[in-house]
Amino acid sequence: MFAADLLVAQNIAFYLTAAMMVFGAVKVVTVKNMVHAALWLVIVFAGMAAMFILLAAEFIAVTQVLVYIGAIVVLFLFGIMLTRAPMGRSTELDNGPQAKGIAVVVGLLLAAVLGYALWDGFRDTEFGDFAVQRTGEVSDSIFSTYLVPFEVVSVLLLGALIGAIVLARRD
Amino acid sequence: MFVNQFLFLGAILFCIGVYGVLARRNGVLVLMSIELILNSVNINLIAFGQLHKDISGQVFALFIIAVAAAEVGVGLAIVMMLYRNRRSIDIDDVDLMKG
Repeated sequence: MFAADLLVAQNIAFYLTAAMMVFGAVKVVTVKNMVHAALWLVIVFAGMAAMFILLAAEFIAVTQVLVYIGAIVVLFLFGIMLTRAPMGRSTELDNGPQAKGIAVVVGLLLAAVLGYALWDGFRDTEFGDFAVQRTGEVSDSIFSTYLVPFEVVSVLLLGALIGAIVLARRD
Repeated sequence: MFVNQFLFLGAILFCIGVYGVLARRNGVLVLMSIELILNSVNINLIAFGQLHKDISGQVFALFIIAVAAAEVGVGLAIVMMLYRNRRSIDIDDVDLMKG
């Protein structure tokens, strides 16, 4: 349907969103204010939802907004407030310079290995025609092929719910 | 569009998350970095699902979202427990297992 060289708008959207996401992610791991880190995380999650829409996976994009931005970020903000973390700038959030140096080295090594593997494996692979994968197909797949894993995830969520209540209960 | 555009974005976000886990000392911020890592994996699954025209990628991404929600719930409960017992969520203080 679309020739690969005609997707100019999609490419511009991709690179703008990707730059925003990488900037936001770097801010999440470096910023000195915990509440600001949670708000930068919202930028990354929203960019991820935009990426899912670019990949024609609408249902996952909506789920991403509902679960991550709606629930998980609010949970993080509650966690920050309930532990009475410093609301303003704080220097107690990071490890010392030596551990930071090791972290930078590990991150760069991992990026080099992953980047080489991806470049080697998928150098010229293109998507071709984008097929919209409808929500009905997702639910058909969940309730036929992946029925047992789906039930296991339900039990996992129940276990996590009970575990969180037991841990956080004041007795 | 190239598949590598999305795969490289996922890899870069993954590495930033790993840096955050290693460099941060505050429990809640370490959990945020773990969320970054888990989320960057989803983009790979969706991209490969689109490449191979297979719906399984989206189903696996949904499973990861559910597991990440469970993980952050239990993780924050553990951090709160830590705060209640020690008045601090500095994970460098949790070294009772050190010989």
